[in-house]
Amino acid sequence: MTQPRDFGFSEEATMLKDQARRFLLRNCDDSKLMALVGGNPDPLREADCQWDQQVWKEIVDLGWPAVAVPEAAGGIGMHATAVAGLVEEVGRAALPSPLNATIHSTYVLDACQTMAATAALGKIAEGGTMSLATVNQVGSWEVADTDVTAAVAADGVTLNGTSWYVQDAGKVEHFLVKARSEGGVGLYVVPAGAEGVTVVLDSIVDLTRDQAHIEFRNVVLPPESVASEPGNGDSAMAKALPAIHTMVAADMCGAAEWQLQTTAEYARTRVQYDRVIGFFQAVKHPIVDMMIMIDHARSLIYNAACAIDHEPEESRLLAHMAKASASDMGAYASNRSVQLHGGIGYTWECHVHLRFKRQMHSQVFYGDAAYHRAKMADLMIGPIAA
Amino acid sequence: MNENKAIDTPEQDEFRAYCRDWLEKNRPGPPPRETRSKKQPGRRAEALQDYEVAWLKLAYKGGLVGCDLPQEYGGGGRSDCQPIANQEMQRAGTPPFPSITALRFGAATLMDHGSEFIKNRFIPKMLAGEELWCQGFSEPNAGSDVANQQTFAEKQGDNWVINGQKIWTSFAEWADWMILLCRTDRGDKHDGLTYFCVPIKDNLGGSVEVRPLVQITGDAHFNEVFFRDLLIEDRYRLDAVGKGWSVAMTTLKYERSAGDYVEPAGGWQRPDADESSLPVEAPIIGLAKRSQRFGKTAADDPVIRDRIMQMMIRKTAFEQTNRRAQVEALVDHPARIALQFKLVDSEINQDMAALGCEIAGAGATMRPGDSNAPDRGTWPMQYLGSMGGTIAAGTSEIQRNQLGERVLGLPKSK
Repeated sequence: MTQPRDFGFSEEATMLKDQARRFLLRNCDDSKLMALVGGNPDPLREADCQWDQQVWKEIVDLGWPAVAVPEAAGGIGMHATAVAGLVEEVGRAALPSPLNATIHSTYVLDACQTMAATAALGKIAEGGTMSLATVNQVGSWEVADTDVTAAVAADGVTLNGTSWYVQDAGKVEHFLVKARSEGGVGLYVVPAGAEGVTVVLDSIVDLTRDQAHIEFRNVVLPPESVASEPGNGDSAMAKALPAIHTMVAADMCGAAEWQLQTTAEYARTRVQYDRVIGFFQAVKHPIVDMMIMIDHARSLIYNAACAIDHEPEESRLLAHMAKASASDMGAYASNRSVQLHGGIGYTWECHVHLRFKRQMHSQVFYGDAAYHRAKMADLMIGPIAA
Repeated sequence: MNENKAIDTPEQDEFRAYCRDWLEKNRPGPPPRETRSKKQPGRRAEALQDYEVAWLKLAYKGGLVGCDLPQEYGGGGRSDCQPIANQEMQRAGTPPFPSITALRFGAATLMDHGSEFIKNRFIPKMLAGEELWCQGFSEPNAGSDVANQQTFAEKQGDNWVINGQKIWTSFAEWADWMILLCRTDRGDKHDGLTYFCVPIKDNLGGSVEVRPLVQITGDAHFNEVFFRDLLIEDRYRLDAVGKGWSVAMTTLKYERSAGDYVEPAGGWQRPDADESSLPVEAPIIGLAKRSQRFGKTAADDPVIRDRIMQMMIRKTAFEQTNRRAQVEALVDHPARIALQFKLVDSEINQDMAALGCEIAGAGATMRPGDSNAPDRGTWPMQYLGSMGGTIAAGTSEIQRNQLGERVLGLPKSK
């Protein structure tokens, strides 16, 4: 297969991105966002989950949860490049929503290729929400690691254990749970309200999402909950990982563009020593470096997304590149955005900390830069000799 | 391999097929072995220069140079076909063209600011490789501050008499002509500048002197050029008297590959970023596999692996950013990517070379003359040479100013 030179970024993709930009400017501007999530600065506040469900209803009406769902499963089936464009806008707005978690789940379900997974995709296409419950307590991103066990019988499956670092768990209707049984790793669709499921919200730094660990105590599931049979779940995860890495990076890229534009605007207006501070090269050059790093990450994101669409065998390496680049870029853009805002940037009332915290979360989520470079090195240089 | 079908026009399609066919039949053989002149220390070999000039002449006759320039000025009169020719030349692995002065920005500057006489007189021979050019902007006291020109042109009747000194002038040793920025009015910094085409080769030993300037690499690829009462006719002036600054801005725009005309570029450059296949093993990885660290191969050292991957990411990102520059829906500001090109390219080259020296370790102390030097001493030489990239044609500091000012709307720094 070959990659189109223009990344296959279609007119529909442009329209979706523009629509998302306009909608989110209208419905999730910085003041609304701050009012929604910034009410309580106390670092010891109760774990919470703040989001605008009315906005989410409109997003469902716009069909965004369906964009990544294949047409055969009732979705819109847009290319990963188009989905990345949408996710960039979500990141730019720092939208608190179950959209990213649902899109990540969509790619895993799509990789499962089972009737149960197709049925679950159909629900997402109709506006259903889902999050991946696939990480263990030590935060391993490896496809076969899990702290949940599945007892598989003819009439169903029983889950026990705890999933960690589940994103937007307080907002979703279903979890896609990775669990180990004698036959290997499988993936199971579990309703958030099922008996034996306890969602325990984590107290997290980021204000624009929620996170939880989820306890499963003798959760009994019917056979149609098996999205991926034991022994197939890890390969389905591996197949979906490039898309997940790419979409996390896309969210970061959108958020960083907001950080860039907001910081440049501040440098154009804040006056010290009788000049706007953007005059000084100690301020100007780091802002330019933010821009260059964003452009690099952004190009690598569309490169990886295009590979997912057209050359999946190459997408693994290219998605590692995209996420590694985005993690470093997000760290730099966040750091400079607060530093160059000076004293006001250090205050809770200034909006820059919202993206700063969202980026901190995304930097480590699904692997930080060094993690992805180590994975790259295994592919490009070969594994380290024993 | 990407066939670019997604965006090729029918004209481009047809032209691409023509280029492939032509290149199949006309691709030059390998270059001469000698790269350094035996007669003149530090200069590149005469045979290599002749080889590249011959290739330019051939490619011009084949229609692969100046494809999109008007036919009346010796161009091909096509639309958006130069990038196609460039891609096909790179695919075929043809040699580069000699000197970027005429092809990257000289012809384009003349197109935008030249009189009919100038365009007819010079552009066809620029494209055809019949006359070679150099650029006279920098002076000892006009480096980053380009407008601080001291070389002076004095009007005498219908002629101008030029006196002064240029420096860092690449290609002057081969040049027939120079695009020259100089002062015609000492009373006004920016509006006192005028732009000329001046003859070099015909006046050597007379009113023009070209002296080699030896670089930190030991090469002498650029020069000091002295003018002593060089007389030129007024018709060799570009645009109006006092308009030199705006003409120079045009030149600099094309020099940063940010203008309307695409430079005809031969081969031996990075492959065009239209193919996102897995990168072939990079030289730096080969070096790491042959180098030692802590008694093991450096390629197994986690720190070195991380550093190499950082470079691979930046290199791929640079290529993919140039690919993205062509996709309007994914570009926020028209100058945003174009103005990054030179800055990013030169800094990646530099950091890559520095990393190569680090991996080569003790071996990096040896230069090309030593038979024990890793990779024949290329890493330290590449690192030394890379400093030219981050200084020439606007230092990295100036590039960052430009990006901040023109793309992000920050106020002009002094």
